[in-house]
Amino acid sequence: MSAPVVQIANLSRVFDVSKPWLERVIAREGRLKLNAVDGVSFEIRKGETFALVGESGSGKSTVAKMVVGLLGPSGGHVQFNGLQPGEKPRPGAIQMIFQDPYASLNPRWRVRDIIAEPMEAIGLRRDAALRAKRVDELLTLVGLSPRDGDKYPHQFSGGQRQRIAIARALSSEPSFIVCDEPTSALDVSVQAQILNLMRELQERLGLTYLFISHNLAVVRHMAHRIGVMYLGRLVEIQDSDALFDNPQHPYTRLLIDAVPNLSEIGRDRVPVQGEVPSPINPPSGCTFHPRCPLVMDICKRERPAFIDGVACHALSRKG
Amino acid sequence: MAEPAVLEVKGLTLEFATRHGTLRALDDISFSIRRGEVLGVVGESGAGKSLTGSAIIGLVERPGRITGGEIRLKGERIDNLPPDRMRAIRGRRIGMIFQDPLTSLNPVFRIGDQLIETIQTHTGMGQAEARQRAIALLTEVGIPAPENRIDAYPHEFSGGMRQRVVIALALSVEPDLVIADEPTTALDVSVQAQIITLLKRLCRTRGTSVMLITHDMGVIAETADRVAVMYAGRIVEIGPVKDVIKHPQHPYASGLMGAIPALDTRLNRLTQISGSMPRLDAIPAGCAFAPRCTKAIDRCRSERPDLMPAGASEAACWLVGKVSAEASA
Amino acid sequence: MAGASPPPATQNSDGSWLRRVWDSDIGWSFRHSPVAIVSAIVSIVMILAAVLAPLFAPQDPFNPAVLNLMEGLTPPGTPNEFTQKSFVFGSDSQGRDMFSAVLYGTQVSLLVGAASVLFSAVFGVLLGLMAGYIGGKTESIIMRIADIQLSFPAILIALLIFGVARGLIPPGQQEDATLILLILAIGLSNWAQYARTVRGSTMVEKNKEYVQAARVIGRSPFLIMVKHILPNVMGPVTVIATINLALAIIEEATLSFLGVGMPPTQPSLGTLIRVGQQFLFSGEWWILFFPAITLVILALAINLLGDWLRDALNPRLR
Repeated sequence: MSAPVVQIANLSRVFDVSKPWLERVIAREGRLKLNAVDGVSFEIRKGETFALVGESGSGKSTVAKMVVGLLGPSGGHVQFNGLQPGEKPRPGAIQMIFQDPYASLNPRWRVRDIIAEPMEAIGLRRDAALRAKRVDELLTLVGLSPRDGDKYPHQFSGGQRQRIAIARALSSEPSFIVCDEPTSALDVSVQAQILNLMRELQERLGLTYLFISHNLAVVRHMAHRIGVMYLGRLVEIQDSDALFDNPQHPYTRLLIDAVPNLSEIGRDRVPVQGEVPSPINPPSGCTFHPRCPLVMDICKRERPAFIDGVACHALSRKG
Repeated sequence: MAEPAVLEVKGLTLEFATRHGTLRALDDISFSIRRGEVLGVVGESGAGKSLTGSAIIGLVERPGRITGGEIRLKGERIDNLPPDRMRAIRGRRIGMIFQDPLTSLNPVFRIGDQLIETIQTHTGMGQAEARQRAIALLTEVGIPAPENRIDAYPHEFSGGMRQRVVIALALSVEPDLVIADEPTTALDVSVQAQIITLLKRLCRTRGTSVMLITHDMGVIAETADRVAVMYAGRIVEIGPVKDVIKHPQHPYASGLMGAIPALDTRLNRLTQISGSMPRLDAIPAGCAFAPRCTKAIDRCRSERPDLMPAGASEAACWLVGKVSAEASA
Repeated sequence: MAGASPPPATQNSDGSWLRRVWDSDIGWSFRHSPVAIVSAIVSIVMILAAVLAPLFAPQDPFNPAVLNLMEGLTPPGTPNEFTQKSFVFGSDSQGRDMFSAVLYGTQVSLLVGAASVLFSAVFGVLLGLMAGYIGGKTESIIMRIADIQLSFPAILIALLIFGVARGLIPPGQQEDATLILLILAIGLSNWAQYARTVRGSTMVEKNKEYVQAARVIGRSPFLIMVKHILPNVMGPVTVIATINLALAIIEEATLSFLGVGMPPTQPSLGTLIRVGQQFLFSGEWWILFFPAITLVILALAINLLGDWLRDALNPRLR
């Protein structure tokens, strides 16, 4: 088994969502805290795709932002291979691909400059001609033409823009890329292009991905290992095949069962009731207990420990 | 079939007059929906699926204009009605459910007021009777404690509950047809499953016809009876949902099915259709899909195919015979 | 509803810069707006005439040597009774050609207006960028000052600044420094509007993913503000600047009219109006009329141009 590229230990993030001071005083309210991420631990191994899935409010994107350093953790740490806990790697060693290709490229910049910016920022290929050549190579690598470098982002479709974003991410020669819902803004046929491209690039360049998505089928297609998040906590981590063939945590089962599937035409089902509660005032104990079919008394009181890749009282009882 | 179709669309054409000339956004769209039937309409963004919905309910924004074809609701032509008569039809005979429930719910009114007002306008019931009916509807769409919740404001509901209220509102006047435009796109998967199940159950018990517009083939597979696949303003394939998913006839439809990652198997590569859908101002002559089609022949580039029978479905493709032969081989 | 609007037209990337602007949405809007075309032509003609005043003006109105008192108070169009010299806009009490005076006065007005707009735009945009991007205390301080300043009329602020600054300068140099002081005073009285607008746009832009992408690779806040955010918030700034140019010209005229602006030795349109109004009741209307009508036309043309620009950049507001 290869070494971990990054280890995440007990990572937490609290957001202050209180109203402004004056309004709080007038309404006699206290401060409001939102535990977006609460004690999340996992590691990502070299060359693999580790995916975090979950519904809205699960905190998966907040984890991604803390891993790339866009947000600081409130507790716990992110440790990169060979560095001290919390120490930041060289700029450009970690890159990020974003959800919305219409917002992730500066509309006033030429594509060539967008792709060259990371090189400029970290002082890679200081010679202008070398840099231009590299931009051409990157454009070709992601399936565009070097001539596209002189255009502006608005001249491209969503899928092409996401290719440009990938080229930009690759230009600082990272080994680890965080992908935050990279295809959820794209149409299916274009999504397939981007997913295929990302897997090709992973094989050719030996990349490691942290892949954030709410779409289980996409995660199934991309990930080697998967972590399932619910209300800021990890409830299950498994190898991809194991997770889909034999999901353990009741929430994982619910999630997999809820996805409409092409192979089950016209199926009738009994969906699980209830919705994800607000993370501002989450349920006590195991946060999933109000919706859980296996709920026991202890679930309402105690937060379950993470044992063998699952955090569930009912399962640890059995074992 | 003695009973006329609930909705019949024939040769619907919609154009935008822009300063760069006229853009044809919908081109010769024809389909029908029978009583109690759910017709799914899928396509990528810009394919014209939402626009088809807007055209049917008479809400095409300028500079868009219906320039051809006709739309009939239970045999009565509705595409050329004056705005006030169309408004009555929209409220009473065609219900609407949109992606964002807040577009249908007025934030300053209690949900009960909106429901009761709608019921009263369309049935002439008294206040107390209408309120009873509203509570019954809320129970039916699965709102817990409807006697109390009826006096709540839209912002006091979660996203899934709001969409249930919208469904109640759409069904409150017992319309002939419900047009649901991406009704579950803004919701989480577990809530989406609840809403799909609800929509299906209600239409089955009430015999309401539904036009379900979505980009999610999975939702269509679970909900629809028939499906129309749209591409660049045209229907490229229409047929029973099982046939279109399992044996798609049009190369675009079959590419689309292969491009969707599946839950049960992990493929090495997804089928990919190269390129992207043309913009409205750059739709090629002949078949609009021809430039991306691996099977295109000369005829595809010069002559535009109409829908023609292909297996259990209809597909707009010159190669229909060949494709189906290959698929069965 | 998604897909209910036509996609934007594709643009050819070839062709010159001018050609691209002409073919763009702004260019199209311009070609289809008679008001914009007329006001653009009027503005350009007046600006050119003012800038090239030494070429057009029959005389140098600030050179006392060329003035002839005998030619004083000649009505427009009629030859002077002593020298038979004719003045298009008439002449003032010292025999100064009003046409030349208006040309040079427009030059001074435009110079003060443009320089103060430039000053307030640079100052306001920088403060707005900082407030929006950095946030926290920096933002609170900048925006509270802006709020206080916006609650007073700009002309009062300008009067205050002008008065204080003038007091600090030794009496002998006051006349020479007036131009600079006026520019500073008008500029400082108008920065808050830019700061507010830019802060708002910056707060929208800074949460966009392209800014996050720049942060991920370790770009400094200064570079992100200047290279990434600034180009994307300039649209509204150009609109405010255009409309403010008209306002600044009027503000300068007001100050000069009140006697705290440009001295009569180097008159702006405002100074000319102040001087002219003394002759209004004795029947020499042209001394007031021509500077005043010039000011009105100039301010109106620039204002209409600004209005059009705002609509063209912001189609939703129409």
